[in-house]
Amino acid sequence: MSAVKNYDHPTNADRFNQDQARTHWHDSSLWFIREKRDRMARSLPEWETLRATASQIKAHTVGKLADYLEEFERNATARGVKVHWAKDADEHNRIVLELLQKHNAKRIVKSKSMLTEECHLNPWLEKHGIEVVDTDLGERIVQLRQEPPSHIVMPAIHLKKEDVSDTFHEHLQTEQGNYDPNYLTESARQHLRQKFVQADVGITGVNFAIAETGGLVVCTNEGNADLGVSLPKVHIACMGIEKLIPRVEHLGIFLRLLARSATGQPITTYSSHFHGPVEGGELHIVLVDNGRSELMQSDDFRNSLKCIRCGACMNTCPVYRRSGGHSYAATVPGPIGSILNPLRDAKHHKSLPFACTLCGSCSDVCPVKINLHEQLLTLRSEVNHRKQLPMSKTFPMKLASWVFQRPGLYAWLGGIGKFFLRTMPRFLIYNALNPWGRNREMPAAPKESFRQMYAQRKKAKKNDPS
Amino acid sequence: MSSKDQILKSIRNKIVPAADLPSIDQDWIQYEDPLAQFSEVLGMVGGAVEVVNGPEELAQKLAEIPAYSQAKKTVSCIAGLAGSVNLNDIEDPHDLEDIDYAVVPGEFAVAENGAVFVTDAKIRHRVIMFIPQHIALVIACPDGNVNDAVVSNMAQAYERLVWDSNHFGCFISGPSKTADIEQSLVIGAHGARSLHVFFLK
Repeated sequence: MSAVKNYDHPTNADRFNQDQARTHWHDSSLWFIREKRDRMARSLPEWETLRATASQIKAHTVGKLADYLEEFERNATARGVKVHWAKDADEHNRIVLELLQKHNAKRIVKSKSMLTEECHLNPWLEKHGIEVVDTDLGERIVQLRQEPPSHIVMPAIHLKKEDVSDTFHEHLQTEQGNYDPNYLTESARQHLRQKFVQADVGITGVNFAIAETGGLVVCTNEGNADLGVSLPKVHIACMGIEKLIPRVEHLGIFLRLLARSATGQPITTYSSHFHGPVEGGELHIVLVDNGRSELMQSDDFRNSLKCIRCGACMNTCPVYRRSGGHSYAATVPGPIGSILNPLRDAKHHKSLPFACTLCGSCSDVCPVKINLHEQLLTLRSEVNHRKQLPMSKTFPMKLASWVFQRPGLYAWLGGIGKFFLRTMPRFLIYNALNPWGRNREMPAAPKESFRQMYAQRKKAKKNDPS
Repeated sequence: MSSKDQILKSIRNKIVPAADLPSIDQDWIQYEDPLAQFSEVLGMVGGAVEVVNGPEELAQKLAEIPAYSQAKKTVSCIAGLAGSVNLNDIEDPHDLEDIDYAVVPGEFAVAENGAVFVTDAKIRHRVIMFIPQHIALVIACPDGNVNDAVVSNMAQAYERLVWDSNHFGCFISGPSKTADIEQSLVIGAHGARSLHVFFLK
């Protein structure tokens, strides 16, 4: 990671694209997952009904979120769960640290939680002398490399097995040059088993919390969340307040959508339902707002609270696939991240709404039917209203508008343009003043303009009135 | 004002249009042969299915699995099947770290995704579902009718479940797996390296 974080997506994407072969590999890896998702979606005749139902359940929940949160707390508390409320990331981190200190916990295992990434929990705990081990294989890989995840479901999707092998050789003393994923995974299994056995407390994220029962559901393929919270007596689950669903039967909708959309699996290997603490143990749930309640205000962006963090919008996004998760400089990258991050921090993330071709593929695959590309377009005008657009975008638009208002000038410039395209040497057309032409050919100049063709047609008709 | 009150106030201050809760009573997929569908999907995710008549055949079939026959330490939570370690004698779940094979009851199976629902209602340490090197789930079919033990879809699965107690419950679909290294599927990430499902008639 560079010392100074660069938030500009085009700059970061440029850097990613310097290795063309790798960019192509990244692109096709993600497309492979998108295709798996498609096969899964097509295997169920009710796929679209599931999406519509899920979307509606979420819309309903957001409309009554305060009531459901209170219902959740009541029911969870009745089961012996301790519910904590955190306005922001700092409060979340303080709550978790206090709980750990109370139990004199020094070693923590944590399963994948984008919320704790968002809150930067790991560095905070490490600063206070606590060892935090991310137990999801992908997250452990990026943690050892001191990188953030580049994808919310597949944190190490940007890395090749050679990179993983080098990282493991350095940190886990695996054989140098052994790139076999089986060998590398087995080494991580042995390494992390030790961590599971030594852990004082297990932390997990939450995929769904159920208001009706006060329970929560955590989904993994590796079994790391379950191992992490079934050995120690204390389980801390951290969740954004939007993870709530009203009734347990709604899981019958969401669990059918989540893994199929995320990785093209029929369901995750483990879908664990926690209702209350283990005997003699403790279960803590930290409910985190951190800007989420602010999103509810806007009719334009409220829908983004429906997100179940499946990552399908990333896998399909032509920009994400070709620019990599790190280019977004945010915990949640891709289309949904390009909405959530500028809404939270408009100053730094102003380039993200433009990391989009408006193709709409994200909206087509979203299991809860978030109108992602429409929100991205709306966000662009917000960036404009905030006067955050660079001159390179505003000036050409102003110039074009000025020309379009002068038909004579437009026609004359069109002629000049055609003449230039036909006669000028390449270096005069493809240069720094023409960013469009950096990776693209300009269209071939037509023989005649539309006006010329139209005038000739009129003339021909006059001469031959039949 | 507490953080809870501030968050709730912030939410209640927003004007959000009300939306009705949709009915989830819909025409969800039904399989003609749920067991066949379950077996096919479980096979796809790396598991295997057997239908056995009674505990003796279960023991026989287990013995044919090398991971079971070669296991040094086994746990059985199934009546009529012996294990080398008795789960109820274990105080600290950490002591289960070296269990090679566990045979654990499953409640029922789901055809659409190859999942089996398991609960710790009668199991002292829930970690036994995750910590052994290999695992078998045994679903009892009291009247000998296997199809009673397989539902077609997840909506039906949740109809069968009640959440009155604090028991842990989990849908397990196949052995533990990861594809975090270059999308190469590796079976045996942290949990079980293999998973067999037995329908016990």
